[in-house]
Parts: sequence; structure tokens; C-alpha cells
Amino acid sequence: MIVAGGPVIPNFGSGSSCEVNNGWFCTDWVRQHWSDTLQPALLQHVELAAIAIGVGFVIAFALALVGFRFRLVDPPIGIVSDFLYTIPSLALFQILVPFTGISLLTVEIALVSYTLLILYRNMIEGLRAVPEDVVDAARGSGFTRAQTFRRVELPLALPAILTGLRVATVSTISIATIAPFVIAKGLGQPIYAALSQDIFKTEIFTAGGMVIALALVADGLLVLLQRRLTPWVRA
Amino acid sequence: MIPAMPGQAAELVFDEATKRYEGREGAAVERLSLTVAAGEICVLVGPSGGGKTTALRLVNRLIELTSGDIRIDGTSVREQNLVQLRRGIGYVIQQVGLFPHMTIEANIGTVPRLYGRPRSWIHTRSQELLELVGLDQSYAKRYPAQLSGGERQRVGLARALAGNPPLMLMDEPFGAIDPIVRARLQDEFLRLQKEVRKTVVFVTHDIDEAIKIGDRIAILRTGGHLAQFDTPRAILEKPADDFVAAFVGADRALKALALHTLAELELGPPADGPKCLRTMTVRDALALLLQKHANVLAVTDESGTVVGSITRDALLS
Repeated sequence: MIVAGGPVIPNFGSGSSCEVNNGWFCTDWVRQHWSDTLQPALLQHVELAAIAIGVGFVIAFALALVGFRFRLVDPPIGIVSDFLYTIPSLALFQILVPFTGISLLTVEIALVSYTLLILYRNMIEGLRAVPEDVVDAARGSGFTRAQTFRRVELPLALPAILTGLRVATVSTISIATIAPFVIAKGLGQPIYAALSQDIFKTEIFTAGGMVIALALVADGLLVLLQRRLTPWVRA
Repeated sequence: MIPAMPGQAAELVFDEATKRYEGREGAAVERLSLTVAAGEICVLVGPSGGGKTTALRLVNRLIELTSGDIRIDGTSVREQNLVQLRRGIGYVIQQVGLFPHMTIEANIGTVPRLYGRPRSWIHTRSQELLELVGLDQSYAKRYPAQLSGGERQRVGLARALAGNPPLMLMDEPFGAIDPIVRARLQDEFLRLQKEVRKTVVFVTHDIDEAIKIGDRIAILRTGGHLAQFDTPRAILEKPADDFVAAFVGADRALKALALHTLAELELGPPADGPKCLRTMTVRDALALLLQKHANVLAVTDESGTVVGSITRDALLS
């Protein structure tokens, strides 16, 4: 297994007494290493997660269009996405590396496959839950099939789709911490660096806390988006 | 260019219209032939399994004909573009089917929007229609979830009228509404129909509603056979067969009383007694007599002046 080494390995021989004694939380270390370690890792982490969620959303949406329109293909799509979801990520890396190498692509393939199940299922369930009488009224009013989908079915599925997006986002931000098993990117990197150093507590807590904070902020933004896009839900 | 929206009322002809489902015994609608005159309300009524809703949905081709034809102002529905056909027909259903994610104004503006009408036009039109169906303008910005069942059905009606269609299809529109509100909606619908004069096909399973609403009533029996097609009065007074007689009910003579008003009867000279308007139905007058334990009613005109009287015997004869 490849573990990309982090650039910062705290030197126990120097620095503040807090660092030397590996205290619970050394603010001076965080301050010193914010710009060279923590901030870049945070931005990389956002990038890792954003790519995975974006690509996952597009793929899941395309699959949902097909699965909604042609009921017969829904079960196979469901089974494949279920299966992808169950593969342990480390195992998936091992399988992928021979084909896609030690690259961002390998990480993203793994992250994307974990978003598919959640996104696809929520999209399909949301579309299916659109009340029949509403669709009947739309067709009876002279909507074309495409108009019925775009103006009625899709907006009404939006609450479920966005709920799926929230779950997928939070879980992807969390799972993305395993990226350093392949490439030196993201908040996983300071975490692993700290683990390899006799467990440097400050770095573990800071990077771990940043993952949690990032997930919470992303979820909060999506809640705001949800309220903005689906005002009728709270009417 | 903005396409013109239809207007006025259309004549609707069912010509041997038949719907069969593959693998199912018998037809859902069997060679149904009837003509609904322009501006007339035709009620399709009958027991469940009578094919009323199927017959209705054959008109806007939510269900396709197996054989026979349906013509709107002489043009076969089969020959028309599906989407154009439906935009030209108002459609009201029992569950209303308002779009939950759209405001009331946007719901009402559904068909005009499909016709490419600008927002300002739709705004004005929806204000007009809200007034027409008896809702305050403040409803425009609300969502369907904020309305009661009766209010929602009014919006459903406004939405169906927005494109000014010459033909309206109404599938048990008041079926899910409590009796008191239903009676009021029926009255208002009749008042509104006097204004807009659309051709209306109205499905119900409630014979009383059919008698109240219909200019003519088509009674369908199981298998989609037309049992009788006539005015409410003729159906009550001369049911075509035992099925119709049973369906209208043993109290059909009483129901028929509801179709006559006191003004149609020969009144006696003014007399003392409980007062009633001469526009009151014979049925209601009889109920009033029984309730007041009276033998004679004083009949008044709209201004309250007693213009005559009617006795219990005269009412019953």
C-alpha cells in the first residue's frame, strides 16, 4: 500500500513546549502550519469532493432519466450501484491502480462510485413519488412529455434529489480522507502524517475537525439552496 | 407569433365511440353515440364500471379510441395534434391535480403559458379568473397546500377555463368535497356556466348532482352501454327501462319536484301562511309546509310582496 508522505512532520525536538510534549492542542502549531499545510489540504479536499459530487450527480441523473423512463432497467442500475457502494474503498484502489495508476482519476472513480447509489435512489424515488393526479392534470392540460418532465415531475422530485445530494456530499467529504492512500491530496494527508508520527494530537484534531466543519458547512449551504429552490415545501 | 387561443363553445359528437381493453371481456365503452350541443352541460352518470370516466378521457385522448369516432365541431379528435387538442379542452378532475410547486397564479396560467402568453397577460387573466370563481386576489401568490379542498377545486376550475376552451371535461369535480361546500360549488358552477357558456361533459356517480347540474343526462350502465340520454325531467318522469328507474331511485317522483318552481304552478289568491319565494322549487316548498305544519304557503315575488298562495293539495297534485 502506498502512503503518500505529508510535507510536514513535526519536529519533536524543537518548537513550543506544547509541541515537544505532544499536548492535546497546540494553537501555535496550527498558526504556523495553516498556510503551508492545513489551508492547501483544505482546498484540495474541497476539490476532491466537488469533482466527485459533480461527476456523480451528472452520471446518477443520466441513469435516473433512463431508469425512470424505462422501468425495466431500473433494477439492474440499482443492483450495480448497490454493488459499487459495498466495495471497500481500499480494495477498490487496489483494483483500480493497475488500470488508472497512482492518479487523481483513481481516487475520483472510487469517490464517484460511492455517490451513485445515494443520488440515483433519491432521484428515482423522488420522480416516482410525484402524485398521479398531478401528472394526469399536466397531460390533460396539453403538456408534452418533455414539458411534463421538466415543469412538473423534475421540480416535484427536487426535494428528494437535494436530500440525496446532501447525504452524498457529507459522506463524500468524509470518505475523501482516504485519498492519501493513492495521492498526496486533501485533509487525509495531515491526518496520516500525524498518525505516522506517534500520533501527533494537534494535527489529528485540527485536520479531523476541519473535515467535520467542511461537511457541516457544505450541508448548511445545501439546506439554504434547498429552501431557495423549493419554497412550496414549507408553504 | 402568439397562437390564438380557442373560444366560444363547441358541439361534441360521440359516434359509435368504443373502447376495449385487450384481454378483458366486454368493452369499457360500447358504441356510445350522443351529441352534446354547444353550450350545453351533459352529465355522464351511472354505476362504477359504467365507463363514464373512460368515455370522458376518450375525448382528450388520455385514452385512445378502439373504434368509432369523437368529433369536436366536426373535427375528429383522431386527426388533431394531441397536445393542441388537449390545450383546447378544459380538464378538471376529482383530485384537482394542482401543481404543488406552483403558486395559484402560475397554476391558473398553465395553459396560457403553453400558448406563450407573457407574464403580465397571465397575471391579468388569473386575477379575472380568481374573481370569476369567487376567490380573493390575495390567493394568487399562495401555494395549493395553503388552500382548503373547496378552494383548490375552484382554482382547478379557473385553471381549466384559463385557455378559454370551447369544451370542458369535468371528472367528478366535486366528488371529494363535503356536502355543504359541494352544494355551494354546484350553485356557483351553474352561475358561472351562465356567464361562460361552455360545452361541458360532467361525470358523476351521484344522480342528484346529475339532475341538478345537467341540461341533459346520459345514463351509462355496466359495459359502457348508453341506457338513456335525455333531460333530467324526462329521465325522472319517463325512465327508459327498469335499470334507469332503479338507478334514479324510488323517490324519483320527489326528485322531479325539485325541477319545478312555484312560479310554474297555478297559484291561488293571496292568503296567510309561511312565506316563500316563487322561485322556490316545489320540493323545497313541500318541505317547508311539512316543517311548519301548515296547509297553505304565501308565495311572494322577489321584492317580498305576496302574489298568491299554494295549498298542500295543490302542491301534491
